Amino acid sequence: MNLNLKKWYSTGTPWIWLTAGAVAISIVMVLGLLVLLTVRGMNHFWPKDVMQAHYAPPNAQQEITITQVIGEFVESENIIAQQIISSGIPVDESQPEYRRELLKLGNRDLTGADFSWVLTDFISDVEYPANLVVLERREWGNFYGYLQSVSEAGTVVAEVNIDEVQDDSAWDEFTARLERALALHDEIYKIENQDIGEINYRVERLRLQQRRLELDGRATADALADIAAQRQDLETEYEVLQVSLIDLYEQVNRDTATFIAANAQEKVIELADVVRAYRPNQMGLGAKLLGYGAKLGEFLTDEPREANTEGGIFPAIFGTVMMVMLMSVFVTPFGVIAAVYLREYARQGFVTRAIRIAVNNLAGVPSIVYGVFGLGFFIYILGGQIDQLFYPEALPAPTFGTPGLLWASITLALLTVPVVIVATEEGLARIPRSVREGSLALGATKFETLWRVVLPMASPAMMTGLILAVARAAGEVAPLMLVGVVKLAPSLPVDGNYPYLHLEQKFMHLGFHIYDVGFQSPNIEAARPLVFATALLLVIVIALLNLSAVALRNHLREKYKSLDV
Amino acid sequence: MATEHTPSIPPEPATPPESILDMGSRRLQLRRRLRHFYDRAAKIAIAVGGIAVIVAILAIFLYLFYEVVPLFESARVDAAATYELPADDGSTTLHLAIEEQSEIGLRLGQSGQMQFFQLRDGTPVVNVALALPEGTRITSFAIDTEESGIFAVGLDSGEVLVASYDYTTSYAQSNNARTLTPVVDYPFGADPYRLFDNQAVTTIALRSRSGNLLLAGSNGQGQAALLRASKQSNLFAAFNGDSGAASFDIVKTTVPMLVTGTTRMFIEGDQRWLFFVSGNGLIRVLDMRAALNNQAEQFEIETFLTENGARPTRIAFLLGGISLLVADSTGVVSQWFLIRDGQQTRLERARFFPSFDSAVATLAPEQRRKNFVAADANGSVAIFNSTAHREVFKQALLTSTPGAMAISPRGDALLIETTEGMFHYWEVHNEHPEVSWTALWDKVWYEGYSEPEYIWQSSAATNEFEPKYSLVPLSFGTLKAAFYAMLLAAPLAICGAVFTGYFMAPRMRRKVKPLIELMEALPTVVLGFLAGLWLAPFVERNLLGIFNILFVLPLSILLASYLWLRLPSDWRHRVPEGWEAGILIPMVLLFGYLSFVLAAPIENLFFAGDLRYFISNDLGITYDQRNALVVGFAMGFAVIPTIFSIAEDAIFTVPKHLTYGSLALGATPWQSLYRVVLPTASPGIFSALMIGMGRAVGETMIVLMATGNTPIMDVNIFEGMRTLAANIAVEIPESEVDSTHYRILFLAALVLFLFTFVFNTVAEIVRQRLRNKYSTI
Repeated sequence: MNLNLKKWYSTGTPWIWLTAGAVAISIVMVLGLLVLLTVRGMNHFWPKDVMQAHYAPPNAQQEITITQVIGEFVESENIIAQQIISSGIPVDESQPEYRRELLKLGNRDLTGADFSWVLTDFISDVEYPANLVVLERREWGNFYGYLQSVSEAGTVVAEVNIDEVQDDSAWDEFTARLERALALHDEIYKIENQDIGEINYRVERLRLQQRRLELDGRATADALADIAAQRQDLETEYEVLQVSLIDLYEQVNRDTATFIAANAQEKVIELADVVRAYRPNQMGLGAKLLGYGAKLGEFLTDEPREANTEGGIFPAIFGTVMMVMLMSVFVTPFGVIAAVYLREYARQGFVTRAIRIAVNNLAGVPSIVYGVFGLGFFIYILGGQIDQLFYPEALPAPTFGTPGLLWASITLALLTVPVVIVATEEGLARIPRSVREGSLALGATKFETLWRVVLPMASPAMMTGLILAVARAAGEVAPLMLVGVVKLAPSLPVDGNYPYLHLEQKFMHLGFHIYDVGFQSPNIEAARPLVFATALLLVIVIALLNLSAVALRNHLREKYKSLDV
Repeated sequence: MATEHTPSIPPEPATPPESILDMGSRRLQLRRRLRHFYDRAAKIAIAVGGIAVIVAILAIFLYLFYEVVPLFESARVDAAATYELPADDGSTTLHLAIEEQSEIGLRLGQSGQMQFFQLRDGTPVVNVALALPEGTRITSFAIDTEESGIFAVGLDSGEVLVASYDYTTSYAQSNNARTLTPVVDYPFGADPYRLFDNQAVTTIALRSRSGNLLLAGSNGQGQAALLRASKQSNLFAAFNGDSGAASFDIVKTTVPMLVTGTTRMFIEGDQRWLFFVSGNGLIRVLDMRAALNNQAEQFEIETFLTENGARPTRIAFLLGGISLLVADSTGVVSQWFLIRDGQQTRLERARFFPSFDSAVATLAPEQRRKNFVAADANGSVAIFNSTAHREVFKQALLTSTPGAMAISPRGDALLIETTEGMFHYWEVHNEHPEVSWTALWDKVWYEGYSEPEYIWQSSAATNEFEPKYSLVPLSFGTLKAAFYAMLLAAPLAICGAVFTGYFMAPRMRRKVKPLIELMEALPTVVLGFLAGLWLAPFVERNLLGIFNILFVLPLSILLASYLWLRLPSDWRHRVPEGWEAGILIPMVLLFGYLSFVLAAPIENLFFAGDLRYFISNDLGITYDQRNALVVGFAMGFAVIPTIFSIAEDAIFTVPKHLTYGSLALGATPWQSLYRVVLPTASPGIFSALMIGMGRAVGETMIVLMATGNTPIMDVNIFEGMRTLAANIAVEIPESEVDSTHYRILFLAALVLFLFTFVFNTVAEIVRQRLRNKYSTI
């Protein structure tokens, strides 16, 4: 035994195992993080069962007050008795630890808080009634309760028969009317955001046009009259839309439904306020999967609601993609040209080596420094100049002299150009000399060799560089906070209004969305699952980009291994 | 498809074969020239493009530098005009002032004439006579602040008249030209306040804040009168906007003077303390508020404001009314303020400026910054900033003795009247007086603080706030965050790299390496979010579990390795060599879980049930939920892959024949690693650590989200910090362009840039050397 221990020690095995342990811990950390994100992120969309129970915690007056709780279970944890007591619930101190559960009770408009910790020991009569309804609303978060009646313009049209358990007629009436309300809401949305938005945009352009004419001293009576006439047309159009809007609002506000929430509280809810209604406790696996799909779809394609804590993240996805695409447009040619110059044209020596080191190191410069540069140089200096030269009519409101999509893309292009340069250079270096020499020996000029032989062969390397650049840009937030990202952009940077692509607009971004919703939102508990889902999406996108870059690189290596003599 | 192509091949050229070889044909010549041209053009274009991109990248550094340089420039003073005021009535100047736009100047003479004149040439704008009571003469003068324009003149009748001056701006309809019209008003009523009966008011002091007026006057015979006038809250007066008819509640009392002889009096900005300064510099302080409420007077403080028998020549309040600036007859200007240290209040000299050779003749504080201008009897003029303890400018501007002096609200114009009655007007360029090496990197004694401290506090709601720009707490926070991150990351990453690069089976290595490198691609915002919203509460709940892990995991790994040796050999041989890490994964999971499970009983036994509770309640250590421990974990996680991948490269590329040689000589694998591989790869590992450190220093989102972002200086692992990078992200969107604050944030960015650039460059050079070394082995 003793000998064994000594031998074990003297071979250095324990140290080897310790180093192996470090690898194991790292792997566990990475995988753990991915699993955590996946579980928490995917969990969000699952229509969870809603429980109903009685809760009777001890109170200072030694009385027993029973309250009814209806809600979704979120998580549970142990807590020491002392902490409970200091929070005002006089529990028995002889039991050192208690278990408590976090419930999502919803109904923020009724109770003020939609999340609550309850002590498991004082919960009784837990049940999952089949006809409990979950409403997702446009305001005030979720609602949990029982449907009692459906009314049209104040008159009850369907009522739940308390005696009959299997009576679904009121529910069917409710869902049918909800569908109608949703369709109307879509129509209202289209008019308000697209049609009226377009008119507003055109009115603003007319204003700028007039100001421009005045500034240039060309504001003749004719021109002004022309603008006034156009404005008149737009106003007429606007009034027509306004009339139809009023009509639609009347229609959509027709139906209401009465619900009974926890503790027999009655609540009248307008159907116009409801986004989705379901009864999770009687949904089968199939129905739940459908519900899951619907919510996932909403998450990916819809706009955010309630200060970004509910609804979808489509504008953030769109903004991220737009920004990354624009960035690619800037970064690819410049990165490739710089790499070609460094590798193919510049005289290799101390200077090129120094430049190479410098470029390499710029990839390690903190991204916030690029943000500061972008803000100071691009926005305040360049943008300010552009505004004075090309957009004097809008001043003092800045057009390009304020953070926006264009500056964000250029800043990130600058941030990622070292990545492209390094990857392209590596690709160029991998191409065997014999290939170049062959081409030159056949009489091709240097440029022809480059254009016809070298660059095509190096294209996967450029792709790799670009993909890595995109992956880095997609996950970068700190510089964007300074140069163009906002928590809620009123419109997408691409729309139907001339010039279609609005480079000066601010945009939403997945990474910033995570930061904003997770840290600036008033109701973090409610927003948390959504942030997990957003983070998961971002990680998936970036992981896929990175893996494809790695695959491309490996492919490239295999391809040229055979060429290397 | 292929068969269909055959007809499309062009027919053989009909020309004889020798003409193909005719390289001199015009067409070919042209084509050759064109190709040559393309080649040259491409070469030039690529060179220009390539150099431009590289220059553009390097321009970042230059631009940051360009933004930062003005911080350290001295002030510049340009002579603009010299003139005499034509309508001078020959009386002594009581006060000089300049209006906001630096267009109009004001001179108040002893006769009660207020002369408004064009600043650039002295042309009179308007003359206003103060509404002095019939037959009275001005005997003393005091001003509240230049910003409010409220001043008081003491009269020989024992009365005090309070007046104010302001300017209204109007724009001409035709060409939008701006006209400024001076307005003299009596905000506390046109009737003078009576302090004494038929005794001249020889000294006077006043303060006004939000409609209240405090007056203190002396009759030169050992008596001081205190008066408080507060606007009556008359609802109707407010409704009518009729402030002229407003009436005032007046409280008046008389106290003996606290010092004798020629006395000056000053009321501090809080409207509480009244300073009496004697001719030889003795200062005593009266609690004016208590005196007005007829409470016991307190005589706590008694000190001399000057040293070596110097007499104070000029005394004025710095912006904010907290600091007293005392200029004396030996040419020294010192700054004094009251410090409340618990129950004790004391007056301290925070700093002094021994700038002049002769007595200071005049002194003027700026209205929006903690600057002041002083001039000595020989005509030397200097501009100072108190916070930065900096003499921004000094030059002998005058040949004669200066009398009255005024500096404009924006600090861009300076007006001095010499004793000979000449007016000298200068334009002042003094953008960033608040910055000096001391202000940024040394302890600074800020107003009202009991001792010099390092503080970062860049802005507040009021104008009078003293900005505190010490970069020390931020740099400290940066290094603290980086330190805790490296504490986790360095051992894990390097041990991991050693195993992966040296021991691990190639098949496993091919999977593990990309996985850990994928870690590097994880957006830091996701790590920060997890750290702030998931890990921070988790750590708070399972604090002991976290500490347990630090002990349990290494021990369990050692135990595993020992048990592995004791296993029957055919069990052992089933797992190929180099897969130890794989075996350990379930062990890590199991023992990690056990650490948390074990925490509860240990906590119950030793820490009253909860370690976190125990730390803050029993040990009295501050515990923030978002603290350095959490940042260490999260940022460590972000830094591990960086260090791992570079260190692993360095270890893996150590030529194999070195190891084989060592093994062949009988060394164990560990010995050859320790004695051969590690020394060879150590430069690579060093550079990995440097680059990891650089990344930890510059990381923004994680620290932004996982710390409380309070700029405190404390090594306590349970407290948060604010780093340079996070500070930039938080503050730059709100800072005014080209302001001192904005440029200091640029300076912070430049510091970050240089720091990481130097670190990375050193690391890169070390790595290149290493690579060259390998290629020769």
